[in-house]
Amino acid sequence: MSSFSVTTPTKRQKWIAGILVVLYALITITPLVWIVMTGFKSSADSIAYPPKVIFSPSLEGYVNLFTSQTRLTSEQLATTPAPATWYEKLVRSHEMVIVGPSRFGQRFLNSVIIGFGSTFLSVFLGTLAAYAFSRFRVPIKDDLLFFILSTRMMPPIAAAIPIFLMFRELGLSDTRLGMILLYTGVNLSLAVWLLKGFIDEIPFEYEEAALIDGYTRFQAFYKVVLPQAATGIASTAIFCLIFAWNEYAFAVLLTSGNAQTAPPFIPTIIGFGGLDWPAVAAGTTLFLLPIMIFTILLRKHLLRGITFGAVRK
Amino acid sequence: MKLKNIIVSTAVALAGVSGSAAQAEDLTLCWASWDPANALVELSKDYEAKSGNTMHFEFVPWPNFADRMLNELNSGGKLCDLLIGDSQWIGGAAENGQYIKLNDFFAKEGISMGDFIPATVVGYAEWPKNTPNYWALPAFADVVGWTYRKDWFSRPDLKKAFKAKYGYDLGVPSSLAHLKDIAQFFQGRKIDGKTVYGAAIYTERGSEGITMGVTNALYNYGFEYQNPKKPYDMAGFVNSAGAVAGLKFYKELYKVGAPPGSSDWYMSEDIDAYKSGQVAMQMNFAFVWPGMNADPNVGGDRTGYFANPPGPTGQFAQLGGQGISVVANTAHKDAALAYIKWFAQPEIQKRWTAMGGASALRAVVEDPAFPGKKPYNKAFLKSMAIVKDFWAEPSYADLLLAMQDRVHKYVIAGQGTAKQALDGLLKDWTQTFEDEGKL
Amino acid sequence: MSCSPVERAAKATPTQLANRIRGLSDRGIAWLFVTPTIFLLLSINIFPLIWTIYLSFTNFRANRIGRAVKTIGLRNYERILSDADIWQTMQATAHFLIWTLFLQVLIGFTLAWLINRKFKGNDLWTTIIVLPMMLSPAVVGNFWKFLYQPQIGLFNYVVNFFTGIDPSSFSMIGDVPLAPWAIVIVDTWMWTPFVMLICLAGLRSIPDYLYEAAAVDRASNWRQFWTITVPMVLPFLMLAVLFRGIENFKMFDLVVQLTGGGPGSITELTSINLKREAFEKWHTGYASAYAVILFVTVFGLASIYVKALNKVKER
Repeated sequence: MSSFSVTTPTKRQKWIAGILVVLYALITITPLVWIVMTGFKSSADSIAYPPKVIFSPSLEGYVNLFTSQTRLTSEQLATTPAPATWYEKLVRSHEMVIVGPSRFGQRFLNSVIIGFGSTFLSVFLGTLAAYAFSRFRVPIKDDLLFFILSTRMMPPIAAAIPIFLMFRELGLSDTRLGMILLYTGVNLSLAVWLLKGFIDEIPFEYEEAALIDGYTRFQAFYKVVLPQAATGIASTAIFCLIFAWNEYAFAVLLTSGNAQTAPPFIPTIIGFGGLDWPAVAAGTTLFLLPIMIFTILLRKHLLRGITFGAVRK
Repeated sequence: MKLKNIIVSTAVALAGVSGSAAQAEDLTLCWASWDPANALVELSKDYEAKSGNTMHFEFVPWPNFADRMLNELNSGGKLCDLLIGDSQWIGGAAENGQYIKLNDFFAKEGISMGDFIPATVVGYAEWPKNTPNYWALPAFADVVGWTYRKDWFSRPDLKKAFKAKYGYDLGVPSSLAHLKDIAQFFQGRKIDGKTVYGAAIYTERGSEGITMGVTNALYNYGFEYQNPKKPYDMAGFVNSAGAVAGLKFYKELYKVGAPPGSSDWYMSEDIDAYKSGQVAMQMNFAFVWPGMNADPNVGGDRTGYFANPPGPTGQFAQLGGQGISVVANTAHKDAALAYIKWFAQPEIQKRWTAMGGASALRAVVEDPAFPGKKPYNKAFLKSMAIVKDFWAEPSYADLLLAMQDRVHKYVIAGQGTAKQALDGLLKDWTQTFEDEGKL
Repeated sequence: MSCSPVERAAKATPTQLANRIRGLSDRGIAWLFVTPTIFLLLSINIFPLIWTIYLSFTNFRANRIGRAVKTIGLRNYERILSDADIWQTMQATAHFLIWTLFLQVLIGFTLAWLINRKFKGNDLWTTIIVLPMMLSPAVVGNFWKFLYQPQIGLFNYVVNFFTGIDPSSFSMIGDVPLAPWAIVIVDTWMWTPFVMLICLAGLRSIPDYLYEAAAVDRASNWRQFWTITVPMVLPFLMLAVLFRGIENFKMFDLVVQLTGGGPGSITELTSINLKREAFEKWHTGYASAYAVILFVTVFGLASIYVKALNKVKER
């Protein structure tokens, strides 16, 4: 006889629940595992039909991801020097030769620069604003906060139209600075809401005491509040970073070569004849890895972050 | 004629060698990301050596190429100094001042458009069409053609079965109808223990795929873009009875001869399907032919090549290919023009073809040794002689997207009839030209 | 009861003095801290919105810089509202919205409920389940396209394993009846954990004594569920639906990589259609009107919904 009571789940209930959840978790993680596996397949194996579960691993995908190559005719092959390193040998076995690094490294770097740049700016400005909203009576505060939230309701594509024109006028098209400013503008609402929640939780008495001791307001903020809000600031920062890291719509419309980040780039990794699935899978794996690590680090704060601080466990 | 060529090419070569090497400049060339682009990187090392400038390259895969590059041009970007743009962009780029007009430059450097295949000059360089206003140098001659599994076609058991079923010999199809028969014959057949299919054709929805495929059928059934005597007069030409029949044919071909799941295929997917032995025939631009020839799986004697077969009213093939232009926004105008001058030299053009490019220079393709050099050269020459191109109007994107939408809805999604699709297309195109003020 | 020195000092300060100290340069600091944020938000969010509204009344095209711009009043709006194709995209979006919300709520709540049974190791498995929603939707759409390939993809073979249907007989993203479900499946895979986390928080917020009291009253399990669990979780569920609803209305990255809006225009959601109009056809004025309509729709629906949500919270 099973009971719905939350207070006393029976051992049998726990087992059944456990098995079902584990089953779901395994199903859910299979696509990710498949993609990581595909990153280690050879080109032929990745497009084999039926799909291969057992295969001999190869680093082809990763080599193709990081290098750009060209095919040589047999006459040209005869005149080029023999391959030296293991990856050159791998490439040469397909009658191709490495001509230089691919664009992936630079795109990944752009993701890092734009991600961290906009995160730093969002958190910096957001902490200041959140502190003000939390501690002072700012006029029309509630309206301002709702206005900040409503900026998230515009479809990015719609917002991209005027921003495209603005960037064109200001010469910010395809620049890292432009993208950093844009992502900061979009992330600020998230940062302010989250940080206000965290700062609200810090009792005001600490600052009061500091003020009595002769600290200025600013020093109180700096020496008392910031250290206590450190974990909150850290988790907010990571959420902002995740957004900027994953963002696609603005990146694909407003960047082209210099400032292009990884998400618009990865689906376009074409090998020789067709989409190079192992290279795409390799790029995907490398790109998703930091996020997966952050997720594990952040698992206690996830709920708060994804609901704008509305729900706290 | 030959002497003039020698004099011209010597002058051009000398001028190229003594070009400005005063200050090393960085040039960025933008193109699609495919085999020929990598060949160009190799070839350009010669320019770098001769001019002292450094070449950088930005290659974008075809499905994203138009989007990215048109976005770049329209946003005033400074990424590209040289752009090898698609032939259809000429109108827009010319009228919006995004390319530099090259007439004066050609005249000064002695580059004559008469030295290039006429279809490529009209298709890749001229705007307005058929007027001597040049915005690009023909850089890469390309056209839609077909490859087929010559080894399968020569199997006696298959030949017998085909002859028994269709009454004529299995071989290079002499008409589109025959091509469909062959595709149907191979569809679902087991060869060497694996199930194979008829033909990999273009069905891609996102950029231009299905349009580049369907026109090969439409043209040969009587489809015309407009009244030859009256520009922009499209009624009865776009949706003529022949056009409707042609569209129906393409849908039939997709239904009876294309592999399952090929509802969004363009160049890469067709290559994949053919190379992995999935299909007996492959529709693709001729640039894939060198790769096919060299492929360990299907290359050499196993593959044959043929031009797009004729239909009831004629034989045409969809023009591909690009010209190389100088982007108006560039900060390195002289260096970019110097690149074009270097590229136009006949020996460079010869090497270009040898390395995997496809020169549009007549001296290269009219060379009597040319057809014999590679197994696909004959088919290439035949195909380049029957080319027909899509609109190159400034509003070409609107026109293309409308066609993509209408055709994909009918052929792949199975909505409506062929007549409805073409009537709808006529309506869309009329609306576009009215918005442009051309109607 | 221990007091830190700071707290003791705070308690010892006379209130009058404390107020005066607090008042020093308060307003200055407040404005200094808030202004940069407001400025950035205005320039990235509000100014563009106003510009969009202005553009929606013109026939401006971003790729024709030299051409004269005409104001044409409401014509863009008329064209949009009378365009049959736009209604088709609205339909596709509505189908996507309704089914993703339904499935995510169903599966998410069930999962939350199961996890709340507190079996051993549920932390680890919860973290695994949560991974998909943190990933870049564009990258996810791209690799699911690989998984959905009939010949070389995993999905069809798994279906074949469980049901015996021939893997090359159907294509999730190529067949017209299946494509809308293909995108629903991937979005559900990604975002069910989101709903699950919120429901979990809701379930954990229900105090035990409510159940104990009900058990004392000999209420059946079903009754407990419907009179205690559901009403207490409902506000959380509604919040989850609000967030997912807004996000899926704006959906672009995932679907554009997965199907590109095809086959035909079956999965062309409003954002994808907007992108075509604005950045492929360059009908900037027309697309601006479209954007305004979309924004007003989302804003309106969200406001109504939030009002309902507040009512539920009060109950």
